[in-house]
Amino acid sequence: MDPTINEWISRSTLKRINMENLISLGVRSIFVDNMIFAYFLGMCSFLAVSKKVKTAFGLGVAVIFVLGITVPINWLIQKYLLSSGALSWASTEFASIDLGFLQFIVFISVIAAMVQLTEMAVEKFSPALYGTLGIFLPLIAVNCSILGGALFMVGRDYTFPEATVYGITSGIGWMLAIVALAGVREKMKYSNVPGPLKGLGITFILVGLMSFGFLSFLGFSI
Amino acid sequence: MSETAEVVEVKKKSEPLLSKNNKKLVTNPLDIDNPITVQVLGICSALAVTTQLKPALIMTISLTVVTACSNVAISLMRNSIPSRIRIIVQLAVVSLWVSLVNELLKAYQYDMSQQLSVFIGLIITNCIVMGRLEAFAMGNKPWPAFMDGLGNGLGYGIILMAIAFFRELLGAGSLFGFKIFDSIGLHYQGNGLMLLPAGACVILGIIIWIQRSMNGYREAH
Repeated sequence: MDPTINEWISRSTLKRINMENLISLGVRSIFVDNMIFAYFLGMCSFLAVSKKVKTAFGLGVAVIFVLGITVPINWLIQKYLLSSGALSWASTEFASIDLGFLQFIVFISVIAAMVQLTEMAVEKFSPALYGTLGIFLPLIAVNCSILGGALFMVGRDYTFPEATVYGITSGIGWMLAIVALAGVREKMKYSNVPGPLKGLGITFILVGLMSFGFLSFLGFSI
Repeated sequence: MSETAEVVEVKKKSEPLLSKNNKKLVTNPLDIDNPITVQVLGICSALAVTTQLKPALIMTISLTVVTACSNVAISLMRNSIPSRIRIIVQLAVVSLWVSLVNELLKAYQYDMSQQLSVFIGLIITNCIVMGRLEAFAMGNKPWPAFMDGLGNGLGYGIILMAIAFFRELLGAGSLFGFKIFDSIGLHYQGNGLMLLPAGACVILGIIIWIQRSMNGYREAH
């Protein structure tokens, strides 16, 4: 066979494996490592905004959007600014500098700034969407799942494509969880719950049962 | 003449450090105004770090320190923060304290800091801290703000320790890593469900149930 074809085949299989890897990571982040049911990240807004399916959906879309943007950006910052020796691209003198201790403050500023920018962009280009998401967008800056996503991304040593896929799919997982809970809570209005358990108490037990259900995805891979 | 009157008035207004009001700031969040079970804030970490008592204790201490210190810091700066960018200022102050706590834990409790992994960092976005800064520290003097931060940290801690107590006891049959059942000669097969996230949710639901049947708090609808 022609060596160039051989090379082409091996390169394309490599690419496919990479692709499979990404799909598998995506499915895992949605179902198995679900932000809510496996790590309880973003619980506050998850509980506060899950009374109606419509608003839950709006917040879910906003979270996907912000996670999908901030995780890759924070990956670039971690790689080229914060990790030890990362500054060597600027000058060899900086090769020994480790700015890891600035991680929290830099990540949270990036997130707050991105949320602010997103809010402005949405307001300018799509007033209808802004009407739906308006109140939730600023809240997202303090949603633990956003900072949690960035910190997990560093902890798990993802590559850039992996980080992007991870950001978007874990946002999808979060949206799935909040829409599902909102659906159940809408139906809960018609059931007779003991007084002290009403509201928060029964919601926690519900979330526990749903998380129990999501355990069945464990060991699920493509 | 009017000046002296003003001085007297100011003196009347200043309270002793442990006055009734200030004590209330600490005791209210422990029960009727609890950050977790009533205000529904800071749930993420309450569920994630409570498989054992020791990480729960470390988390309680860290959060109490961060809440109290950032409350004081924001309260000192409250008159000079422009309201448009206050969220970013608050986040910056909180993440400063969290970074300090994180470095301290890495230095003196390395195993614990590995076990708590991202959750120390996530104190930054813990709604309790942000909620207290926004609701209390922006409008009050440093000392009440400190008491308020202390109270809310401890109120969070009480629930955290209660959940961790049941999860460790039922899940692993131990407390602070000490095997209770084995030491009195009983065999206990740990209940794996308690160690899973699902168990934490159910336990928290039941704790809320018990607490609300005792203090009579009901949700509006």
